[in-house]
Amino acid sequence: MSAKNPIRHQVMWNRLIAIVEEQAQVLVRASFSTSTREAGDLSAGVFDRRGRMLAQSVTGTPGHVNSMAASVLHFLDEFPIDEMTPGDVFLTNDPWKGTGHLYDFVVVTPVFHPARPADGVVALFACTSHVVDVGGVGFSMEGREVFHEGLYLPLLKLGSGGDIDPTLMKIIRANSRSPDMVDGDVHSLVACNERGALRLVQMMDEFELEQLDELADHITDRSEEAMLRLIAELPHGTWHNSMTIDGVDQPIELVCAMTVGPTGIDVDFTGTSPQSTWGINVPLAYTIAYTSFGVRCIVGPDVPNNTGSLGVVRVTAPEGSILNAPHPAPVQVRHIVGQMLPDTVFGALAQILPERVPAEGTSALWNILLGGAWADGERYIVMSFHSGGAGARPYADGLSATAFPSGVRNMPVEINEAISPIVFWRKELRPGSGGAGRYRGGHGQIVEIGNREGRSFTISATYERTVNPARGRAGGGAGAVGRLRLAGSGEPVKPLGRSEIPAGERLVMEFPGGGGFGDPAERDPATAAAEERAGLT
Amino acid sequence: MHPRGSVRLAADIGGTFTDVVLEVAAAGAEPRRFTAKVLTTPRAPADAVLEGVEVVLAAGGVDATDVDLVVHGTTLATNALIERRGATTALLTTEGFRDSVAMAHENRFEQYDLAMQRPEPLVPRHLRLGVPERLAADGEVLIPLDTAAVRRLIPTLQANDVTSVAVGFLHSFVEPSHERQVRDVLAEELPEVSVTLSSDVCPEIREYERLSTACANAYVQPLMATYLSDLDRRLAKLGISAPLLLMLSNGGLCTLETAITAPVGLIESGPAGGALLAARVAAEHGLASLLSFDMGGTTAKLCLLTDGEPATSREFEVARVYRFLKGSGLPLRIPVIDLVEIGAGGGSIATVDRLGRIAVGPESAGSEPGPAAYGRGGTRPTVTDADVVAGRITAATFAGGTLPLDPDAARDALADGVAGPLAVELDAAVVGVGEMVAEQMANAARVHAVERGRDLGGGAMVAFGGAAPLHACRLADRLGVDTVIVPPGAGVGSAIGFLEAPISYELVRTCHQRLDGFDHEAVNDVVEALRAEARLVVETAAGAGAPVVETLNASMRYRGQGHEIDVPVPLERFGPGAADELLACFDRAYRRLYTRVIPDMVAEALTWRVRVSTVVDPPSPLATPQPRPFAATARQRALDPTTGWLDYALVRRSDLGPGHRLAGPALIVEDQTTTVVAPDFELAVDGRGHLVLTRTRADEPGSRR
Repeated sequence: MSAKNPIRHQVMWNRLIAIVEEQAQVLVRASFSTSTREAGDLSAGVFDRRGRMLAQSVTGTPGHVNSMAASVLHFLDEFPIDEMTPGDVFLTNDPWKGTGHLYDFVVVTPVFHPARPADGVVALFACTSHVVDVGGVGFSMEGREVFHEGLYLPLLKLGSGGDIDPTLMKIIRANSRSPDMVDGDVHSLVACNERGALRLVQMMDEFELEQLDELADHITDRSEEAMLRLIAELPHGTWHNSMTIDGVDQPIELVCAMTVGPTGIDVDFTGTSPQSTWGINVPLAYTIAYTSFGVRCIVGPDVPNNTGSLGVVRVTAPEGSILNAPHPAPVQVRHIVGQMLPDTVFGALAQILPERVPAEGTSALWNILLGGAWADGERYIVMSFHSGGAGARPYADGLSATAFPSGVRNMPVEINEAISPIVFWRKELRPGSGGAGRYRGGHGQIVEIGNREGRSFTISATYERTVNPARGRAGGGAGAVGRLRLAGSGEPVKPLGRSEIPAGERLVMEFPGGGGFGDPAERDPATAAAEERAGLT
Repeated sequence: MHPRGSVRLAADIGGTFTDVVLEVAAAGAEPRRFTAKVLTTPRAPADAVLEGVEVVLAAGGVDATDVDLVVHGTTLATNALIERRGATTALLTTEGFRDSVAMAHENRFEQYDLAMQRPEPLVPRHLRLGVPERLAADGEVLIPLDTAAVRRLIPTLQANDVTSVAVGFLHSFVEPSHERQVRDVLAEELPEVSVTLSSDVCPEIREYERLSTACANAYVQPLMATYLSDLDRRLAKLGISAPLLLMLSNGGLCTLETAITAPVGLIESGPAGGALLAARVAAEHGLASLLSFDMGGTTAKLCLLTDGEPATSREFEVARVYRFLKGSGLPLRIPVIDLVEIGAGGGSIATVDRLGRIAVGPESAGSEPGPAAYGRGGTRPTVTDADVVAGRITAATFAGGTLPLDPDAARDALADGVAGPLAVELDAAVVGVGEMVAEQMANAARVHAVERGRDLGGGAMVAFGGAAPLHACRLADRLGVDTVIVPPGAGVGSAIGFLEAPISYELVRTCHQRLDGFDHEAVNDVVEALRAEARLVVETAAGAGAPVVETLNASMRYRGQGHEIDVPVPLERFGPGAADELLACFDRAYRRLYTRVIPDMVAEALTWRVRVSTVVDPPSPLATPQPRPFAATARQRALDPTTGWLDYALVRRSDLGPGHRLAGPALIVEDQTTTVVAPDFELAVDGRGHLVLTRTRADEPGSRR
């Protein structure tokens, strides 16, 4: 078979995608942190010697698209590839050179062919997952600079000769409230790269490859060409949009200009609000990831992610803005702003592709983060991923209680209750919360939470869309805004920041709905009647 | 060889056909097999089984009273779920949680596809009813069950003609008493209504999966209970006093009573039989990796064997509705053979959508009315109709000539249903239907393989089920598979698989033990109880004294992990040193999966699984037969999707013997199926009578993208 055979290239490309999916599965199965194993907050990918990403697993987190790809380049700058030796493994949680906050550990492993180690590195595997705890103020927006937010690991060598550095592990363990789980997660990150390396070597033997350069060229060239072809079908020009979100103590303006041209799509966030004093700032890597994801949902969703396809969507934001906050800005809960970026860029895309672009949705996750102590004094944490309604599509209702743009899964109520004295008294759809329209926005949900021992507990609230709703599109109505209150006294609970729920009280959370699409008068009467019967109006 | 069970019957009900196999084994000789394929009778499914049983008993000259064992599997439950034809079902759940089954995992299973849709729950929202009650995670009662409130729901159930009720409360797997109280109230108030408790069918944590499993069981239970009881009665009436065992989704067997209360365990029983057959074929051909392709009248099943065995799983989805994607089906937590099933079979109906695209299935013409070609009143075009018009199925040979075919009706159905709306020639419509169904199956196979990190290219496939040998070459083209094996009796492959199955029974029980405080006596008690129970079932079926193998597996993990790994453990009474021994087993399994172990981390065991199984002899080696050309005399015009109408050699399979070789294009006909040998394939018959089709230009797989 000729090496230039395009079918052979296609098979090998598919295989690389299968390998990174398997790499990601190993991480899910072996991981300790609930956000990785239950919710899919992780990423995995394979890179060539030049740091070009050839394939990336499709997991729950668009925030790792691009950002993990860029992180490998940072490692190659710090550790020249020709100085790497078999058994090396590298680690960082640098928010600016990794994936946006200290909780995300990125591990990079160079691959050598075991029969030809002298030939040097043939590829690199990278993976990232969200660990349970890195000390500091915990998973909250309370930090005022990154130094408050926990252990900061610059680009480091984690191990060599196949052994993990025990000194470094001691430091990591000493800086976590859950040392065993973080320790275990570092091991699972290393193991998943090793699985990827094993499969890659098998593939190279099977196809008699000595290096990946030609395959890498094929993958990146084809992907770039495919994207540029799709972009060429769009009108060229610049379109603008802005969206106001709640912010902590003042509203945040997200302003974008999207330029479509012959070499790709450029999105610039000039005019966006300055960085915050709270830990909601976004490192540029994360801004690029979520913006790029939003564009790709509309343009070229079927083209696999790699350096070629990612490179044609370029994202910039002024330094000092909330979307390009430099070190040492606090960034721990950067997701509540970052996850609004697809909606922001959708507003520009809707002007040229109205038949593809949905209305605004809840967008930022409504994670439930609770803490307290059992009656015997032992502390517990509940960290659970949940979602409001998504925006209506130009052809279908929005999805109710569904994450977008994040793809994470929820945590079962039974699991949350098994590890804490928290009781979920109610968790069901919130009727009427989806915005009206020819196609209705997705409904939010109502969650009511108490403590079975009658003790107080705290909530670290990180909730958007409680003031500024998800707007409808093409005549559709806005979704309902979210609300938090105490069940007994009816007193409001603040949507951003830490609050204590008094002993004996219950917290009621009403999640936002998504925006509607099109004129509500055009809604199909049979669908409306069915919804009424279901009790959702 | 089973010491008893020398006369064994197997019956497999599919959506369109019911297959029956009789195996008569005598010492020192190859067992003789008699097979029958009859149309499924959905209103009284036992009719078809009985009809088939009488046919094979007569053919084998065997008296009903001589039958030693009946093994039965059925896809009735699966098809009811895929086609949404089950009972009007209500769900009684903890107040405040009626939407758990609708919210599912609150995620999108397809990250970049904004158009994705989740499956509709089996129970609509107005029949998902909250009941005041609440248990804590440890089973403590936070709110006692309000039985008066349950009684107040009775009029709602009656007004909506509910015939089956699923009861699923939070934490019921820890403390089932509330669910049981509801069952008692319902038994009193609505004795004719079936009741499924989530704590019975899926005593496991995670409410969405447990409730989904309970709803699926409730949805199919009335249908299955009526059917199984009817079958049992009628087999007895025929004079068969042998035990009736049901094939389970994991390849094991269970008793009739278990099957009636938990029919959800039978969901994949037919396909499980097929996977067992595939494992046998893999062993006979010395293949470690093999794709099993089973296509019947209603669905196609694809299963990847690695190391010669089908993988098993406890996470299963039935009826994937959105591009066959993982996450688009209904989750069931039952032990299953890990395979993918889609609504694409011979009876699948072809339609043309608004955009002028041909869509095939999942709606099936089933056996009533069946494809138009059956002449039983069907007017909508099916895959079988396309095969008839294309000359791949001939009236003279179909079902051994017992089922007359009406090619004109097939032609009319395709002309009206596909060619007309598309404004194309009939031939183009016929090719289009065949290509679409092959593409759908290829997509499903690719997704299945990718989810397991596998690549199908260059590998081998075994094809069985009435429709698979007809479509195997075209599927092989798309997947880059170079070898297709069609075993003897392929048309009734799953039923033969039932007889290949060891009689086995598997039981699982939770006994949570940390290795740093391991109570070996507690574990011994659990394992002994499981062994005794499983042995009883196996001995009932196989006869006391039959040689059995027993295996023990523990599901283990490091404390703090969320997913367990399956660890084979020596089956012997644990002593005081057991923790060290288990740790060694765990380390070995963990290292195999994840390369390295984590130092100084405490491991724990959660559940213990005992499997007792009769011994199956490995296939004896066979010499490769001397190749000899087969000179075909008969010819048949048939439509090849790429080159158009061609002369195919028409060969009766019974005329072929070991060593025969024949180049495509050819049609190999037998009573229950037809094997299409595409123009670029060559056929060889091996020593066991398998048809082995090999691509002649292996470097250039046909239409692979």
